[in-house]
Amino acid sequence: MAVFSRGFGARRRDTDPNLPPGQYLTEDFPVLSAGPTPRIDTAEWSFDVIEDGRGLARWSWDDLLALPIEDIATDIHCVTRWSKLGTSWRGVSIDTLLEDVDSEATHVMAHSYGGYTTNIPLEDLTDGKAWIAFEFEGEPLDPEHGGPARLLVPHLYFWKSAKWVKGLELMDGDAPGFWEQNGYNMHGDPWTEERYW
Amino acid sequence: MIVGAWRPARVADVAAATPTARVLTLDVPGWPGSDAGQHVDVRLTAEDGYQAVRSYSLGSYGSAERIELGVDEIPDGEVSPYLVRDVRVGDELEVKGPLGGYFVWRPGGGAPVQLIAGGSGVVPLVAMARAAADAGAAASARLLYSVRGPDAAMYRDEIEQLAGHGGVGLTWAYTRRAPEGWDGSVGRLDDERLRGAVWDATLRPDVFVCGPTGFVEHVADALVRLGHAPERIRTERFGGG
Repeated sequence: MAVFSRGFGARRRDTDPNLPPGQYLTEDFPVLSAGPTPRIDTAEWSFDVIEDGRGLARWSWDDLLALPIEDIATDIHCVTRWSKLGTSWRGVSIDTLLEDVDSEATHVMAHSYGGYTTNIPLEDLTDGKAWIAFEFEGEPLDPEHGGPARLLVPHLYFWKSAKWVKGLELMDGDAPGFWEQNGYNMHGDPWTEERYW
Repeated sequence: MIVGAWRPARVADVAAATPTARVLTLDVPGWPGSDAGQHVDVRLTAEDGYQAVRSYSLGSYGSAERIELGVDEIPDGEVSPYLVRDVRVGDELEVKGPLGGYFVWRPGGGAPVQLIAGGSGVVPLVAMARAAADAGAAASARLLYSVRGPDAAMYRDEIEQLAGHGGVGLTWAYTRRAPEGWDGSVGRLDDERLRGAVWDATLRPDVFVCGPTGFVEHVADALVRLGHAPERIRTERFGGG
């Protein structure tokens, strides 16, 4: 398509091979949320894995911290077009949480305090690709960024990394979560720009 | 929601809105129409093929093939300085949209509407105020608009007009400098000023808050303290460049 914008391009930024198409670098940590930030006391916090309405596993905050904790160095990419390279997190791998769960599920709905949901294929959460993260850059994760704990699925757009996560619902098919019902892509790969429907 | 492909758009009008912001009117042949509160992606292509894309809120709504974007300049930005300072009538760019199906107001819901804007966050809320007025629902809509000073308000004249007799209930809040003759307080909105300016929580209003991240976090937290149900508070935060 030959639509050129006269005189555009003087302020272009350096490109970086780690930047997916259509993204720009930010040093900030912008916030994308649909509503007020929930405040969850870790004493009240729990994390559940459920399937067909049945609880398969549950961890309290102390239970979570007693699991093997991993250091994660990764880039993150928001569908609103900012990317942040070289971030560091600490958290528990989803592989660890699903180790003893026996299921034929193909997809997962992540559920959050405050009612947020997002759907993710199970294969995008396993084999070292996703965590429940509770530290960012050496500090406890701020509530506005999803603390006390958020899902971290850094190879997908960041709306899949559900803030204030409280559980994973195992599903035998795909179903749209919150932003997915409101126009965002069911999968969300930043490298192929799976932004919208 | 219809997203579709990139559509060519031609700049039909540029209007200064504040010292750092502009309202751009674009003609978009084939535009499918939008609901109040939605946004678009704007794509700019340099002559050597280099492209950049950013999202901007629509101040317009409805089915006309002429749309309106409000753009505030981010000083170290790449796209907003071009749109605010360089772009001229007749220039071309591309748009994709409308985008967003959640931060949206449609007529007919029955609940009172509370709009709360910080700075350039007023743009999608102007679309909602226009839609409410056009639907004969202006009297059930209120707008609280917080700006640093009187010259920082976008759409000031139109907002005052929408707030004319029987219109949208309007409250200004000034965080740094008030206009001459202002007898209210100046500074960050506190719970009491919010309580006085917004529909009471017992009326179960639909609340839309839009602005910079810090503003939205502060206001949304205060609304929850004032008894508003979190699920009735919809937010849109600005950040990044």
